[in-house]
Amino acid sequence: MKAAVIVFPGSNRERDMARALKQAVGTPPAMVWHAETALPAGTDLVVLPGGFSYGDYLRCGAIAALSPIMSAVSEHAKRGGLVLGVCNGFQILCEARLLPGVLVRNAGVGFLCKPVHLRVETSASPFTRGYRRGERITVPIAHGEGNWVADSETVAKVEDRGLVAFRYCDERGRVSPGTSPNGATNEIAGLFNAKKNVLGLMPHPENAIEPAHGSTDGFGLFLSMAGALADA
Amino acid sequence: MIPNDTIITPEIVASHGLKPDEYDRLLALLGRTPTMTELGITSAMWNEHCSYKSSRVHLKTLPTKGPRVIHGPGENAGVVDIGDGMAVVFKMESHNHPSYIEPYQGAATGVGGILRDVFTMGARPIACLNALRFGAPEHPKTRRLVAGVVAGIAGYGNAFGVPTVGGEVNFHSAYDGNCLVNAMAVGIARTNAIFTSEATGVGRPIVYLGSKTGRDGIHGATMASDVFSEGSDEKRPTVQVGDPFAEKLLLEACLELMATGAVIAIQDMGAAGLTCSAVEMGAKGGLGVQLDLEKVPTREPGMTPYEIMLSESQERMLMVLDPAKEAVARDVFIKWGLDFAVVGHTTDTGRFVISMHGDVYADMPIQELGDQSPLYNRPWVASVKRPTLAADSIKPPCGTLEALQRLMATPDLASRRWVWEHYDHVIGGDTVQLPGGDAAIVRIEGGAKALAMTTDVTPRYCFADPFEGGKQAVAEAWRNLSSVGALPIALTDNLNFGSPERPEIMGQFVGCVRGIGEAARVLDFPVVSGNVSLYNENKVTGNAILPTPAIGGVGLIEDWRKTASVAFKASGHAILLIGGEGSHLGASIYLRELLMREDGAPPPVDLTVEKRNGDAVRHLIGSGLVKACHDVSDGGLLVAVAEMALAGGIGAKLKAEPKGVPAHAWFFGEDQARYVLAVAKDDLETVMARLRDAGTPVQQIGETAGRTLTISRHGSISLGDLLKSHEGWFPAFMNAAN
Repeated sequence: MKAAVIVFPGSNRERDMARALKQAVGTPPAMVWHAETALPAGTDLVVLPGGFSYGDYLRCGAIAALSPIMSAVSEHAKRGGLVLGVCNGFQILCEARLLPGVLVRNAGVGFLCKPVHLRVETSASPFTRGYRRGERITVPIAHGEGNWVADSETVAKVEDRGLVAFRYCDERGRVSPGTSPNGATNEIAGLFNAKKNVLGLMPHPENAIEPAHGSTDGFGLFLSMAGALADA
Repeated sequence: MIPNDTIITPEIVASHGLKPDEYDRLLALLGRTPTMTELGITSAMWNEHCSYKSSRVHLKTLPTKGPRVIHGPGENAGVVDIGDGMAVVFKMESHNHPSYIEPYQGAATGVGGILRDVFTMGARPIACLNALRFGAPEHPKTRRLVAGVVAGIAGYGNAFGVPTVGGEVNFHSAYDGNCLVNAMAVGIARTNAIFTSEATGVGRPIVYLGSKTGRDGIHGATMASDVFSEGSDEKRPTVQVGDPFAEKLLLEACLELMATGAVIAIQDMGAAGLTCSAVEMGAKGGLGVQLDLEKVPTREPGMTPYEIMLSESQERMLMVLDPAKEAVARDVFIKWGLDFAVVGHTTDTGRFVISMHGDVYADMPIQELGDQSPLYNRPWVASVKRPTLAADSIKPPCGTLEALQRLMATPDLASRRWVWEHYDHVIGGDTVQLPGGDAAIVRIEGGAKALAMTTDVTPRYCFADPFEGGKQAVAEAWRNLSSVGALPIALTDNLNFGSPERPEIMGQFVGCVRGIGEAARVLDFPVVSGNVSLYNENKVTGNAILPTPAIGGVGLIEDWRKTASVAFKASGHAILLIGGEGSHLGASIYLRELLMREDGAPPPVDLTVEKRNGDAVRHLIGSGLVKACHDVSDGGLLVAVAEMALAGGIGAKLKAEPKGVPAHAWFFGEDQARYVLAVAKDDLETVMARLRDAGTPVQQIGETAGRTLTISRHGSISLGDLLKSHEGWFPAFMNAAN
């Protein structure tokens, strides 16, 4: 697996992400500055990490989505290459139209940092193949704007095509209105594009990869990607 | 001779916060009348906040050296060796006055300022903590202040990308007109790559880096040295606005630049902005400084030299660069999109010369500007000693378990989850012990080695007896670090007091500093950095805050897997009380919250006993013999056990108090140097033997069991009920309508 982590001005979880990728595949990812126009040759996974790109003073991710490197990221996605966006990365993917919908301010609360439970909605993707469908995993969230919304047509499309990757659930794996900490539509925590080669999610799997984190549930995502790319 | 277009009247001098004798000192220094710019510069350098003029004589008595100490007080932050070529860099600083006027920006820029202090020295920040004090919950301003301060700390720290891992929040009516916001930052650097503000070499470029200079915060440092009056709300324009995004860029640019070897000296522009940073660089290096202000990037046109020199715009740095590496530096600045400019150069004249478009606006001796700042040995009176209250003279207002449930829901003991869930405490992937325990633990770059950190002080003890209170603040920080298994290595202090011009307040200050010094010496816990915040009082009410010398402690852990947390881990573990029996209810939470009394002497601190007990506990934890550990502090033994039970979701069966000991003293007394341990039954004998060998008193007081907290002869309470009381208060308070 040859991974590239895109660093925007204001990214702040790129080091956490690099550590998780290195732990999963043994080699550190390339760190690619947003002002670059091309990805390193042979890149097969692009990761947009968490943070507050450009301070997120406007709509989250709106400016980063226009960064020079983003055309190369879109191209990579179009070719079927894997793209993962976490937290601010998810917001950027939505702003860049690589994923549907948009992330708005958490409903009823401000910034929230705590472990949440997620239900894995499908194992049929390069990002989730290491999980069982319906499995409950625990990973932390740390965001103020993670409330995923879209028009009803888009929501229906996402649901009908099975593009939801993770939903917020309770400690017993049950999803019901209110199990999302941020008000996200249909308790959606993460979703795929139509070809399932692009995944965006709000929780931070990179902060749940070893016993020191209190949960290792996030590591499955990294092992899944490494496995999928090794098989490809 | 510099043309002087403003006539300096006594009123102008007074409006700069300079006393007549201080102005005379300036006249003598210059040998002429100062210009407005010079007056402004002097007022910034000589105010309490920058010059420590009332506190210096006492601060000198603190122990600041130790085998691990690389840089003590006097630098931007303390630097302490942690082995393997690495150092921890840390400091705590107040932003009390700005936070009271504009809570969000005041707190945010407080965090920004302390982060800059740490990365200016070449360290990457790995954690933040904050010690907060607010007025009584029922005071109409309190809720808004809590909401604003917490949001400000979160807004800045979360975006900057540093985990906020610990701290304290307390409420007391003494802070009604003057909240306290003390922010601490901890960073990691290589010992061979520590940067300071000491400029070297003549004719070297002085480079300005970061955000543009605006009119915000002009005379912020003077405001911080002022007592609040009715018109304080009008001071809003002097509060700076924070930009964590700019700070994050500044961090990355500075660390990248430092790695190239281009940086000779560096100083952040904090209080009194360009003035303090430039003077510090020149004075430390024995050089002069020439600044050409037309080159300073400004946010608005028409700014005067006076305004530029005194602006406290945030996220700015000043550095002296190696001229040979100017091009390298330029590339780094451009990459990070930061404003930069060569704004002057070092000279051999020893003068601080400020020019703009060729006209000179200030020409002052740089060394003397610092050295000749006023120094006061202010009169003080010792606080009156209070009598020790005998426990059996205090009538319990209710049964033991009812008292516990009520205490767990009081503002000072209720869970702080509402606060710390606003802070990103997991970013970095190295937070191995979360907020809510005795001390937070953060690993160093994913390795085995880790740092423990905590902030502590018990202001009601300091008020009751400044010397014992000062000792206790240090002892509690030391104890909290020991409770997780860390070796306490150094501390930073943030001394918050009222007006030093009042002898009784100065007496509190002197007493607390002596107590801190005494404890720091006995516990081998040197003071490596700190900050003094005086004039924390409200002119309208005449109230000074409680004396609040917050201590930020840092401890070293060789292997984070050999640490302890407060949470009970399983049923069937023995619960041990380390240290003496509960006896002391004077100045306790029990007395204050259940009997509305704030009298009595605080618990005395025997530092030799502290050291003996803490060392013993730390060794047990290091040997892997401890399943859970918590120190006994606010609320006493039963509160400690309840917190351990709630954290682990596992209850306890406790014995009743021993014969002859009043129940409330046993369960709620705040006697010092004590810990509660949970130990596996198989290890019990070994643990008891080791503690006896160390000369540390120990007794088994019960065992972990089930989902209730049960005490012989007193009854039982379900953890669910206790949890509701403990977790409920903060969200209910914050969500209530004003």
